[in-house]
Amino acid sequence: MKILVSIKRVADPDNASKLKVSADGTSVTSEGLEWKMNPFDDWSLEAALRLTENAAERNARVGEVVLVSIGPNDEHTQRIIREGLAKGAERGILVEADEGSLDAGVVSAILKAIVDKESPDLVVMGKQAADGDSNVAGTKLAERLGWPIINSAMKIVTADDGKTLDVKRELDTGVATVKVTGPAVLTTSDRILHPESVKNGVTPDDHQYAKLEVGGRYASLKGIMQAKKKPIDQMSIGDLGVDATKSLNYTKFELPPARSGETTFVEDAADLVDKLHNTAKVI
Amino acid sequence: MANVLVVAELLEGKARKTTLCAVTAAKQIAEGTGGSFDILSIGEGAGASADELSGYGAGKVLKAEIAGGYICEKYAATVAEAGKGYDILVACASAYGKDLLPRVAEKLNAGVASDISSVNIDGGKLSYTRPMYAGNVSGTLEITTDKQVVTVRQSEFDAAEASGGASPTEDIAIQSDPAADKVEFLGVEVVKSERPELTDADVVVSGGRALKSAENFANIIEPLVDALGAAMGASRAACDAGYVPAELQVGQTGKVVAPKLYIAIGISGAIQHLAGMKGSKTIVAINKDKEAPIAQVADYFLVADLFDVVPALTDAVKKL
Ligand SMILES: Cc1cc2nc3c(=O)[nH]c(=O)nc-3n(C[C@H](O)[C@H](O)[C@H](O)COP(=O)(O)OP(=O)(O)OC[C@H]3O[C@@H](n4cnc5c(N)ncnc54)[C@H](O)[C@@H]3O)c2cc1C
Ligand SMILES: Nc1ncnc2c1ncn2[C@@H]1O[C@H](COP(=O)(O)O)[C@@H](O)[C@H]1O
Repeated sequence: MKILVSIKRVADPDNASKLKVSADGTSVTSEGLEWKMNPFDDWSLEAALRLTENAAERNARVGEVVLVSIGPNDEHTQRIIREGLAKGAERGILVEADEGSLDAGVVSAILKAIVDKESPDLVVMGKQAADGDSNVAGTKLAERLGWPIINSAMKIVTADDGKTLDVKRELDTGVATVKVTGPAVLTTSDRILHPESVKNGVTPDDHQYAKLEVGGRYASLKGIMQAKKKPIDQMSIGDLGVDATKSLNYTKFELPPARSGETTFVEDAADLVDKLHNTAKVI
Repeated sequence: MANVLVVAELLEGKARKTTLCAVTAAKQIAEGTGGSFDILSIGEGAGASADELSGYGAGKVLKAEIAGGYICEKYAATVAEAGKGYDILVACASAYGKDLLPRVAEKLNAGVASDISSVNIDGGKLSYTRPMYAGNVSGTLEITTDKQVVTVRQSEFDAAEASGGASPTEDIAIQSDPAADKVEFLGVEVVKSERPELTDADVVVSGGRALKSAENFANIIEPLVDALGAAMGASRAACDAGYVPAELQVGQTGKVVAPKLYIAIGISGAIQHLAGMKGSKTIVAINKDKEAPIAQVADYFLVADLFDVVPALTDAVKKL
C-alpha cells in the first residue's frame, strides 16, 4: 500500500501564546518560536506508518509512505520532512511556496497535482493545521479527486491490502463506523495514537502498540541515519501547473484581549461557594 | 445583498441546536446586507424537521429526505445544487458542519471561512473573524470567491429564538455523487446523556488526569455536576485514558465551550485545553499545584487535593 502524508510546518504550538502581530496587524510573527511539524500531521503519519509495516518484526516496512510539505524551501521545512523520514517514511516532496500565498483551496490544488503524479492508495492528513485550525484542506482535496473523505478516523482496519477499510470516526455526538473503498482521503483524531487503532492485516491482530500520548513515535538512531540518505524531491507550484489563486484574504490579525482581573485564591470549599454565589453570582 | 442558505444538522430525525446557531449567523449576514435567508433541512427526518425549522423567520425551508446514516458524499451534491441559488452557505462548525461544508464548497468553487467567531459588515462588505493558533490570535478574513461558505463556532452565536409564523417548505431533488458509492454506512453509536449538552450548558464541570479512574469521575465529579445542573467535560488526558467518552473533551481538538461558569478540576491548563474554555465568563480551578498554567485564566483558584475538597464542595452547593 502506498500512502501520501501531508505535513505542514507550524510555529511551535505549545508556545502559541508567545505569538505576536506585526504593528500594522497584517501578519502574525512567530519570531523566537521554533518551527515544528504540525502535531496533527505527526499523528496521521503514525497512522500511515502503522498501515505500512509489520510491527511484530521491528516495524519492517511493507508499503510506502511519501511525505509532502508545502512551504518555504529552507532548512526548517527540510528538517521537518527529515524528521518524518527518520520515523520511517520512505520519500519526501517539498513544494516551495510562500506561506502567505497558501489557503486550504491552494493546498488542496497542490496536493491533487501530487496525487495525480504519485497515485497513492490513500492520503492521510491531519484534521487541522495547528496554526490556522481550519479543518478544510482534507475534505477539499477529496472532492477535487472525487474520492471519499473520512474525517477524524480513530480506528482503521484494512482488508484486501488496503483496498477496503473499516473506519471508526469520531463525531461530537458519538462514533460512526463506515466501510470505505479506496482510494480515499483520511484525517485522523486524537485516538489514532491508541495501542489498537490500526489493523493492517500484516501486523498480527493481537499486536498492541505502546501507548503514545503526545505525538507519534520517536525516530530511532538508525532511522535518523537512514533518513539522511532518503530523497526529498523539490519542486515549485509552477512545476506542478497548478492554479494557485487564493480564495481567502486575511486583512487583519489581533491578539485576543488579556483576561481582565486577578486570580482570587480561595480558602476552602465553603469560601468558593460563597464567592461564586455572592460575588460572581454564577450559582 | 447576500442571500444565505443555512444547512441544518439533524440528529436522529431532529434539528440539533447547532442549526439555530447557524440561523443566528445567517440572520446577521442577511440583515446586515439587506438580503434574506432560507434553511435546508437534509437527512433522515428532513420533512418533520423542516416543519419545526419553519418557525424561525426563513424565507422558505427546503427539504431533502435522505434515508440511512449520514455520509458526506451522500449529502454534498444535493446541498451544492441547492446552494447554487445562494451567495453564502452557513452551517455550524460541529463535526458535521466541518465534514460536509468543505466538500460542498469545493463543488461550488467557494472559499471556506471555518469556525468563525463573528460576522463583520462594513458598508455592505462582509468579513469574518475567527480564532487561530488555538485561540491565541484572531484573524479577520474576506472570502474572494463568488460564493462563500462559512461554519460558525457554536459558543459564539446564541441559538435563534422561534419567531412565530411559518415559512413555506419545499421539497428539492436529491443529487447523486459517484463518490458516495465508495462509502457504506455501517452504524453510529450516539452517546446519550440526561445532562445538558456541553456546548450549550450554563455551567460546565471538567475533570482531568488527576481523577485517575472512571470510578473517581463517577463518584467525585458527577455528583458536583448534577448538584449544579451542569454539563460534564474533561481534558484530553482524561478522555484518552478512558475515564470518560471522547465526546466530553474540551479543547483545540474537542469542544469549545463558553459557559457562565467553568470549573476545571485536576486539569493543568495546557494551551490546547485553554483553547476550548478560556472564553468562559467565570473560571474556577481546583488543583494541588498553584503554579499550574490554568492559573493564567482562573478567576478563582482553590489550591487543594481534589479528593478532599470536591465532595465538600458538592455538599456546600446542595445547601444553597
Ligand atoms: C495537537 C494537540 C491537541 C490537543 N488537544 C487537546 C484538547 O482538545 N483538550 C485537552 O484537554 N488537551 C489537549 N491536548 C493535550 C494537552 O496538551 C495536555 O496534555 C492535556 O490537556 C493534559 O490533561 P490534564 O490537564 O488532565 O493532565 P495533566 O497535565 O497531567 O494535569 C493534571 C493536573 O492535575 C493536578 N493534580 C494532580 N493530582 C491532583 C489532586 N489530587 N488534586 C488536585 N489536583 C491534582 C496536577 O497538579 C496537574 O496540574 C492536545 C495536545 C496536542 C499535542
Ligand atoms: N502547507 C501545507 N503543507 C502540507 N500539508 C498541509 C499544508 N497546509 C495544510 N496541510 C494539510 O492539511 C491538513 C488540514 O489543514 P487545514 O485545513 O489548513 O486545517 C493539515 O493537517 C495538513 O496535513
